[in-house]
Amino acid sequence: MSDAKKTLPRIRLNLWSVGALIIALAVAAPLFTVVGIAITDSSDIWTHLYNTVLGLYLERTIILMLGVGIGTLVIGTGTAWLVTMCRFPGSRIFEWALLLPLAVPAYVLAFVVTDQLEYAGTVQSVLRDMFGWTRPQDYWFPEIRSMGGAITVMTLVLYPYVYLLARSAFLEQSVCVLEVSRTLGKTAWGSFFRVAIPLARPAIVVGVTLVLMEVINDFGTVDYFAVQTFTAGIFDVWLNMNSVGGAAQLSSVLLLVVLVLIVTERMARRGRKFHHTSNKYSELPSYQLRGSRAALSFVACATPVLLGFVLPASVLSHYALSFYEETLSADYFSYVANSLTLSASAAFIAVVIGLFLAYAVRLSQGPWVMIAARTASIGYAVPGAILAVGVLWPTGALDQSISWVGNNFGIAIGSVMIGTIVPVIYGYLVRFLALAYGTSEASLGKITPNMDGAARTLGSNPSQALKRVHFPLMRGSLMTAAILVFVDCMKELPLTIILRPFNFDTLATFVYQYASDELLEESALGALTIVGAGIIPVILLSVTITRSRPGNR
Amino acid sequence: MSGLHLRAISHAFGDNQVLSGVSVYVAPGELVCLLGPSGCGKTTLLRLAAGLEPLQKGQIDINDTLVADGTNSNQLPPEKRGAGLMFQDFALFPHLNVRDNITFGIDSKNSDRRVAWVDEALTSMGLVGYANAYPHTLSGGQQQRVALVRALAPDPRILLLDEPFSGLDVARRAQIRTETLRLVKQSGVATLMVTHDPEEAMFMADRILVMNEGRIVQDGTPVDLYSSPQDAFVAEFFGPVNKFKGTVKARRVETPVGVFNADDYADGTIVNVLVRPEGFRLADADKKPFPMPGDHLNQTTVVLEVDTARPLGRSSYVALKLSSGQIIETRVPGLFLPPPGAQVCVGVNTDQAHVFPIADTP
Repeated sequence: MSDAKKTLPRIRLNLWSVGALIIALAVAAPLFTVVGIAITDSSDIWTHLYNTVLGLYLERTIILMLGVGIGTLVIGTGTAWLVTMCRFPGSRIFEWALLLPLAVPAYVLAFVVTDQLEYAGTVQSVLRDMFGWTRPQDYWFPEIRSMGGAITVMTLVLYPYVYLLARSAFLEQSVCVLEVSRTLGKTAWGSFFRVAIPLARPAIVVGVTLVLMEVINDFGTVDYFAVQTFTAGIFDVWLNMNSVGGAAQLSSVLLLVVLVLIVTERMARRGRKFHHTSNKYSELPSYQLRGSRAALSFVACATPVLLGFVLPASVLSHYALSFYEETLSADYFSYVANSLTLSASAAFIAVVIGLFLAYAVRLSQGPWVMIAARTASIGYAVPGAILAVGVLWPTGALDQSISWVGNNFGIAIGSVMIGTIVPVIYGYLVRFLALAYGTSEASLGKITPNMDGAARTLGSNPSQALKRVHFPLMRGSLMTAAILVFVDCMKELPLTIILRPFNFDTLATFVYQYASDELLEESALGALTIVGAGIIPVILLSVTITRSRPGNR
Repeated sequence: MSGLHLRAISHAFGDNQVLSGVSVYVAPGELVCLLGPSGCGKTTLLRLAAGLEPLQKGQIDINDTLVADGTNSNQLPPEKRGAGLMFQDFALFPHLNVRDNITFGIDSKNSDRRVAWVDEALTSMGLVGYANAYPHTLSGGQQQRVALVRALAPDPRILLLDEPFSGLDVARRAQIRTETLRLVKQSGVATLMVTHDPEEAMFMADRILVMNEGRIVQDGTPVDLYSSPQDAFVAEFFGPVNKFKGTVKARRVETPVGVFNADDYADGTIVNVLVRPEGFRLADADKKPFPMPGDHLNQTTVVLEVDTARPLGRSSYVALKLSSGQIIETRVPGLFLPPPGAQVCVGVNTDQAHVFPIADTP
């Protein structure tokens, strides 16, 4: 019978693995470009930078990271513990309200805080009226546009990362472990430091590394407060000293910091797999607080929410109501349309690519696709300023080769990429793909591999199986992924500023430019719109986190 | 030979060799059971046949078409093999109702004919009222039937069943087994089923392949395997046994429960005599045990002391005690409950006594 055998079709190149590799290359291209430019740059600017500003940039960046790191660690972990383990007036509300500052971009809070606290601001005016001071020399008031101000502002809007991860870690902890600790004679506080914190430590480390990634990504705040961090330095060298090579060299140094953060985060995530010895997830014990302890807890939780969200939201609302006509006449709607176009396109493409990658990993047998997917998701840790340097060059090169091909065919093709929104969307994709990929991967992981087997043996090829089985099952999660990417793109500032086409403004760039020019009132409606969009993922997150724990009401 | 042909298949996950040179043939209309303890590689074999696992070594033919060859990377993807696979966890699509689940694999080319078949199958499996129900609202038995009908709906060339009854409660198994067997036999498709339950295998299979540690130990009809196990592993797998060690002398081996024929073994071979609990025939000490229909009662009988006796309903459990302290478990029909310490006369049905050499003795 062996003679009667039909021959087999030749094995085809697998669309999925090849696609994953191409995506990984496209995402990694800006990073390689940055390092490439840095190495090949022949100007002597590096020596100059080394001798002049490098030390300063390093020092400022480290102080900022330390300050915000410690600040978010204390506030995030402390409030998470209070709302998870204690009951006091408002504790149920704080569970989700503590996430609200996440909706406020750091630069927006920086503008609002400055507006309120500077010499002409509300606070100092009230003080002068009360005490009869007339001149700045009459009294001492902290300078808000300073390192201290930057640390405070960033801590207030970034602590929710730590809060979020610490809280879910506390919720996951089996009540038994904590009760055993109590029966072994530890006090509630003792249990916190001896049992709960060590168990939650990997999650807290992940939270803090995410915060630090945001810190080095920030441009708006440090620029406005004139804190000379690396990111501010990259912009300065690139745009003011007009040296791409120098910017790339600074970026490469900063990439080392990023690498340390990524490694720390990955190791901490691996460490999260503590084996909870008991799976009895009965309701967590809650200590009913009364009197001064309840009041103290209330103040501890209310302060970050008030300063990080209520203050900017109310100031902006107040301004927006009084000055909305100015904002509207300043082309508000075209900024909204620009923001929506950019963010929606990036969100859509990111989800498509994220799903593609996650599915390719699921289909693949070897380690290569997994490595490709990992590579494609490192962008989230890379500051926008670095990506901007890296994106501009490849798109420019692509532009030139396209017009070269065009010229060979006798067609004059101008710039196809530069001056369009393509580079911005590319930058967004590199930076936020990890969000879409991670969500897709998690959602895909919940579908048993037997579903794939069933679909395949019933005659579907991998693409048909994705369309008919996985996609319908993942729809909700993909929507979540799209919203997360969308909102992050709305808030994104440094990438947008550099990569946007000439005279093309988004809400973020509009707010930044107006507010930097002390025109916060006129841009308040724009800032408020960004904050409003930012609230959507906060709601999504708080719903997920309350559902995450079995046995939770 | 059409049907499913797995030839000389070997497979390893990393350093863990799960299959070593396994060959299986299933003829059209035949139901073959792969029976073995968990981790013996039987599910891997099914997944290889379906194409869900890349073949490393060996060849797979379905209806005379080579679908996978381990010597090169030419492997037909699962969707082109025409292999229906029913999963242990049923793997019903949660977002589709029963009808959409079942018609998922039906090709639009021959849809009319197959949809008619689906309607018929839904009726005969008692699922008509559930066509629009979603999987999570169904009982385990209903889900099992939906999964089976779904696997058969595209008219597969071969059918693969992975522990099809393990997700069901024991009370419902018997009925669902009967229904499954009927539907599978009606379809006339070559069927390879995996199970770890010998009773299930004997009930369902035309032929049973017993697997252990990645190899096929014995291939035969259910009756063959039960009554002529190839080795101690197969014998023990099909049910509990009492073991008696002895040395062959003059083609015979003496045990505390009688002398057994050991024609196949040379003098001096150390052997184990395995006797199933239901192979014993008991009588009061002053009488000879009475043979059951079809028995080949051993010529020698012995008198032993009763340790305990317990009623089991249709049969009785009687434990006997040897002077060495070894306890012999027997199971006799009807109610036979001698008091502890009583003497009984013990005979053995030689059809249920098996002699195997102890492996590592020369």
